[in-house]
Amino acid sequence: MASRLMALWNWFDARMPTAAEQWRIHAAEYYAPKNFNFWYFFGSLALLVLVIQIVSGIFLTMNYKPDAALAFGSVEYIMRDVPGGWIIRYIHSTGASAFFIVVYLHMFRGLLYGSYKQPRELVWIFGVVIYLSLMGEAFFGYLLPWGQMSYWGAQVIVNLFGTVPFIGPDLALWIRGDYVVSDATLNRFFALHVIALPLVLLGLVVVHLLALHDVGSNNPDGVDIKKVKDANGHPVDGIPFHPYYTVKDIMGAVVFLGVFCFVLFFVPEVGGYFLEYNNFIPADPLKTPPHIAPVWYFTPYYSILRAVPPLFNSQFPGVLAMGVAVLIFFFLPWLDRSPVKSIRYRGSLWKAALAIFVVVFLVLGYLGTEPTTVWGQFKDPWNILDTKDVATWVARLCSIVYFLFFFLMPWYTARDSVKPVPERVTA
Amino acid sequence: MKRLLLALVFAPSLAAAAEAGFPLDRSPSDPRDLVSLQSGARTFANYCEGCHGVQYLRYNRLEELGLNEGEIRDNLMFFADKVGETMKTVMPAKEAKTWFGVAPPDLSLVARSRGADWLYTYLRTFYRDSKTMTGWNNAVFPNVAMPHALWTLQGERALEVEEPKEGEGAGRPEYRWKELSKGTLTQVEYDALVRDLVNFLVYAGEPAATTRREIGIVALFVLGVVFIFAWLVKRNFWKDVK
Amino acid sequence: MSEQVKVDPQRRTLVIAASAVGGAAAVGAAVPFVMSLWPSERAKAAGAPVEVDISKLAPGELGVYEWRGKPVWVMRRTQAMLNDIKQDDAKVSDPQSSVDQQPAYAKNEYRSAKPELMVLVGVCTHLGCSPKLKGPADKAEMGADWNGGFYCPCHGSKFDLAGRVFKGSPAPKNLEVPPYTYLSETTVLIGEDKEKKGA
Repeated sequence: MASRLMALWNWFDARMPTAAEQWRIHAAEYYAPKNFNFWYFFGSLALLVLVIQIVSGIFLTMNYKPDAALAFGSVEYIMRDVPGGWIIRYIHSTGASAFFIVVYLHMFRGLLYGSYKQPRELVWIFGVVIYLSLMGEAFFGYLLPWGQMSYWGAQVIVNLFGTVPFIGPDLALWIRGDYVVSDATLNRFFALHVIALPLVLLGLVVVHLLALHDVGSNNPDGVDIKKVKDANGHPVDGIPFHPYYTVKDIMGAVVFLGVFCFVLFFVPEVGGYFLEYNNFIPADPLKTPPHIAPVWYFTPYYSILRAVPPLFNSQFPGVLAMGVAVLIFFFLPWLDRSPVKSIRYRGSLWKAALAIFVVVFLVLGYLGTEPTTVWGQFKDPWNILDTKDVATWVARLCSIVYFLFFFLMPWYTARDSVKPVPERVTA
Repeated sequence: MKRLLLALVFAPSLAAAAEAGFPLDRSPSDPRDLVSLQSGARTFANYCEGCHGVQYLRYNRLEELGLNEGEIRDNLMFFADKVGETMKTVMPAKEAKTWFGVAPPDLSLVARSRGADWLYTYLRTFYRDSKTMTGWNNAVFPNVAMPHALWTLQGERALEVEEPKEGEGAGRPEYRWKELSKGTLTQVEYDALVRDLVNFLVYAGEPAATTRREIGIVALFVLGVVFIFAWLVKRNFWKDVK
Repeated sequence: MSEQVKVDPQRRTLVIAASAVGGAAAVGAAVPFVMSLWPSERAKAAGAPVEVDISKLAPGELGVYEWRGKPVWVMRRTQAMLNDIKQDDAKVSDPQSSVDQQPAYAKNEYRSAKPELMVLVGVCTHLGCSPKLKGPADKAEMGADWNGGFYCPCHGSKFDLAGRVFKGSPAPKNLEVPPYTYLSETTVLIGEDKEKKGA
C-alpha cells in the first residue's frame, strides 16, 4: 500500500516537480523565526476567515436573489426554509466582522514590531491594498440583505463620491446606475461582491505571501535571523514553517473557531454590532431610519468624516480627510524613521504615540456607532461654534491626533531614544 | 442629494430622543416555554393576523411548538388552506394604507428590529387620546397609526404625563395611568397574555434560535476536544525547538 | 531531504489521533452545507399533496393537475374503456405491472386502486416528455387497432389508458402511478398514501 502510494507520488512528481518545490519553498523549508508570539496568529487566521467566507458565500449564493423585490425575502428564506441555511448565513455575517477583527490585529502586529520597515515595504503595501479591497468587499456585501441599514448605508457612502468637485454627481450616478440606490445598484454590487473582489483578494493574498517569503518574516525582536546561519545554511534562529508553525497555527485556529462559534451560536447579532437591528426592516427608499451608522469596522473613518465641518458649503473636505486617513497607511514605511523595528527596543516617544493612536482609533470607532448627540451638549456662551455636541468635538480632537500620529512620525521616530538591538532573537 | 447627505451625516439622531422616552419594561419571554408560545400563537392568530402577517413563518413550522397538524388547522389557520403556507395576512396592503395611513407592517422580524422589551412595553401602554385619528395613542410609540387591538381585554386607560421641572437634576417625566373602563382580563392576566404574544413574536423572528443554542453547545464541546489534541501535537513538535 | 528522519512513535500516534478527531469535526462542519442542498421547506410545501375533486370530471374526460411540478392525469374510465384495456393485455409489455412503477394498491391490470379511476404521472418513462391523449377516433393516425391511450410526440412511445407501455415503444416502463388516497367517494388526495397519513 505504502509503496503503491509512493509510486503514485513519484509518477506525479516526475511530471510536475513544481508542486514539491513550492511546498519546500513556502512550507517545509521556509525558515520562520522561532520566537513568534500571540500576535503572529492573525496572518494565518485571516487566510482561514477568507476561506470560511468564500465557502459560506458560495452556498449563500445558491439561494440568494440579487433583486430588489426578492433580496430581503431570500435572506429570510435562507434563515428559515433552507435546511442548515441559518448556520451558513450566520457563518458569513460573523465571518465578515471576524475578518476585520483579525485584519486589524494583524496590522497592529505590524505596528508593534515594525514589520512594514525595510525590506518588507512591499509586503506592507500589498497588505494595505488587501485591506482596501476588503473594505470594498464588505461595503458591497452589506447592501445585499437589502435591509434599511444596507440601503441607507449604501446611499450615504455612494453620495460621498458625489461630493468630489466637478465630477461628483455624475460619478455617484455612474456607481449607482440609477438616481437612487436601486435594483441596478444591488445587481452590480452583487457581481462585485461574489466574483470581482474575491478574485482580487485571492490574487493579492498570493502576492502578499510571495513578497513575504522572498524577504522572510519579521519577528517580535525585529532582528534579521538570516545574519546567523548554521553549517547547512539555515538560520540558527529559524525553524521550518512546516511542521512547527503549521501545528501551532492549527492550534490557534481551533481557539479562534471556538470564539467564532460562540458568537455564531449564542450572540450572532453581538448587540447590534455584527447585525444591525434596523437591518431586519426591509429597505424603504422613502423612509430613512432615525440613526444610520455603518457597521463597526468602518466607524473610525465615519467618525472622521463627520468630524470635519463642511467648507465652502461642501462636504468634500470630510470625504478627503476620510480618504487620507485610510490611504496614509501606504506611507508608513517612509514615515517611520526609527533605526529599530520592534517596540521592544524603541523609546518612550513611540510607545506613547502608539498607545495614544490605539485609544484614539477606538474612541473614533465607538463614536462612529453612536449619534453625535451621544455625550450631550456643552454651554457655548459666545455662540461662535458650529455645534455644541460634546461627541463632535471629541471626534474632532481625536481626528487631529489620528493625523498627527502619522504626520509627526518622521519627527518623533527620528529623535526617539532607542535601546541596542540584540544580534539574535531573545527567548 | 447633497442636502440629504448633510442631513444624514450631521443631523442629531432621533434614536437618542426615543431612548429618553418612556422607560421600557423587561420582557419576561422564555423561548423554551412551549405553553406560552402556543398561547402567543393563538393570540396572534385571533387578534393580530387580520392585519399583520408573519409572511416568513410557515404554519407547519409551529409543530416545533408541540402542536400537531390538526391543532394548527383548527386553532390557528384562519387565512390559509395548506399547513405548508406562510402566515400571511389577508388584508390587502393597498387598502390598508388608505384605512390607517400606513400599511400594517409584516411582523416576522419585528422582535429582531424592535426588541422584545419594546414590544412588551408597547403592547401594554395604549391609552385613549381624542386628538388622534383612531382615538388611541401609545406611550412608547407616540401617534402610532394602530388602534389598540387588544382593548377589549385590557380595557381603556388614560395617560397623564407630567414633564420634569426645568433646572438641574431634571429626571424623567412622570406617567400617571387612569382606568376608564375595565377589560375582560385583570392586569395580571393581560400582562401574561402580552408576555406570551411577545414570546411568540420573538420565536417568529428567529425560529431556529433554540436549535441554534443547542447546536452551539455541541460545537463548543467538539472544539474543546479538538483543541486538546491540537495542543498535544503542538507541544510534542515544539519540544524540538530550543 | 534524503536523510532518514527517526520517527517518534508517540508523535506518530498523536498526529494520527488529532487528524482523526479534526477530520471528524470537519465532517460535522460540512453537515449544514450538504444539508442545504436538499429541498427547502418552501419546495416541500409546494410539493405537498394535492386534493382533486373527481365529481367535476365527466366520464372519459382527462383532468390534468400539478403535483411536485409534474402533470398528474386523472380520468374516470368508462366500462368500455376498461374492456379495451383488458383487450390490450397481449399488446403491452408489462400487463400485470410487475415492474415497480406504482404503489401496491395499483399493482393490477388497471393500475388503480378502484378500476374506474385512472391516476398517472403524465411523464413519459423514456426521456421525460409529456404524452398526449389520443382517443379511439384517432385510428387514422395511430393504427386500426388503437383503442385510445397516450402517445408521446417526442419519440413515439404509446401507452394504453392504464398507462401501460405498448411493446415496441422506446419507453422501457409503464407510466408511473403516484401515491394517492380517497378522502371521500369524490375527493382524491394525490401525493400521499393512506398509511402515511398521520395526525
